[in-house]
Amino acid sequence: MDDAWRMASAAILGIAACWGCPAFADDTPAPPSVLDSIMSAFDEGKLLATGGVSNIEGAGGGGLATWALITGYGTHDGFGVDAHATYVTLPDYALTSWGVAAGLWDRVELSYARQSFDTENVGAKLGLGHGYTFDQDIVGAKVKIVGDAIFEQDSWLPQIALGAQYKHNDRDAIIHAIGGKSDEGVDYYVAASKLFLEESVLVDATVRATRANQFGILGFGGDRDSGYSPEFEGSAAYLVSRKFAIGAEYRTKPDNLGIAQEDDAWDVFAAYFICKNLSLTVAYVDLGNIVIANGQHGLYLSLQAGL
Amino acid sequence: MNAHGAMAFALFATVSLTGSARADDALFHDLGDRPGIAKIVDDATANILSDDRIKATFDNTNIDRFKGLLTDQLCVVAGGPCVYKGRNMHEAHKGLHLTDRDFDAVVEDLQKGMDEAGVPFATQNRLLARLAPMHRDVVTR
Repeated sequence: MDDAWRMASAAILGIAACWGCPAFADDTPAPPSVLDSIMSAFDEGKLLATGGVSNIEGAGGGGLATWALITGYGTHDGFGVDAHATYVTLPDYALTSWGVAAGLWDRVELSYARQSFDTENVGAKLGLGHGYTFDQDIVGAKVKIVGDAIFEQDSWLPQIALGAQYKHNDRDAIIHAIGGKSDEGVDYYVAASKLFLEESVLVDATVRATRANQFGILGFGGDRDSGYSPEFEGSAAYLVSRKFAIGAEYRTKPDNLGIAQEDDAWDVFAAYFICKNLSLTVAYVDLGNIVIANGQHGLYLSLQAGL
Repeated sequence: MNAHGAMAFALFATVSLTGSARADDALFHDLGDRPGIAKIVDDATANILSDDRIKATFDNTNIDRFKGLLTDQLCVVAGGPCVYKGRNMHEAHKGLHLTDRDFDAVVEDLQKGMDEAGVPFATQNRLLARLAPMHRDVVTR
């Protein structure tokens, strides 16, 4: 219930921030001031939706996949910042995430996210206690290397970015008890994103080197396999209108722990870009088996507000 | 190649050729031919001239001439039977020091213009896909 309240208040704040905000910034001329010159660095110059949304790890992307696009609406000459709140309700668990991210010169992305994974009844069954929660901090950095997903419509070269995510989990003892090797790890990824504007389709393919169990919520490495493995994540989205996109994603994950099989994840999503300051993503996500509970699928809700 | 293969190839080649010949001016027609494009240009230009982000760039522009040239250019880009007699994009924007934000402002004004002209979103994107590469000639800083 707590989470529902948190989501609701975030939604109200976001709607307040967006009140009267136009999809096209020219509709609201403001008198110049010192604050304006500072704020003008947050130029909101990129086209609507071209910063993507905040994904499950706080990076610019879709829901499960991380994209090569730089978060926010700052152009080559400016900055963009955004905050997100995400809530995933599963049959036996709940995952919440909130975080902040910045896009610098449409080149560099820095992000922080905090995930809380509530084990609800499973926690009691495992003897951890009802509602036992794993918390994880994720600090991410992404750099655009080559290409432009949006403008270079005459080229097949996608926008390509390299990134890393440092993840630290607060449940070291439990992680070791279930066969995990560490409570911290670093993921490295290369992401390629391309807008096929002629077809109104955005495609992303990302390869991630990771040791993470369930995104890192259950630690890193395991009794079955403790090294890095290359994993795939990808998205395809169809732009229905300037404000509305629908799509699907798939993400493979390592299977390091002997205690439980870890499945691939997928989702279908709809993202509504109310304006450059506010977007709402709704998805149906399937994470498969998580420890002793099969069929973990449910509703994914994410709100992003930014400058 | 056997007879069936040859026939299949001939059929494929015919379909491809007629397909591409028809596709060439499909966008031009979908935008409403030259009158449709002229309306888009009228609406987009009005949006640009009331857009604080970009209107100053047009202070010394002959707007009627600009509209005529833009209509010709969009007509050509869309595959229509027009001739564009203006300067190329690099020459036309040299020294204006335009930014990504300026470029996107014009894109948004054009999108709004196409909305006003009743052009469907997917059709808008087909035109924008052909204009987007001009970014590298227009944005010089």
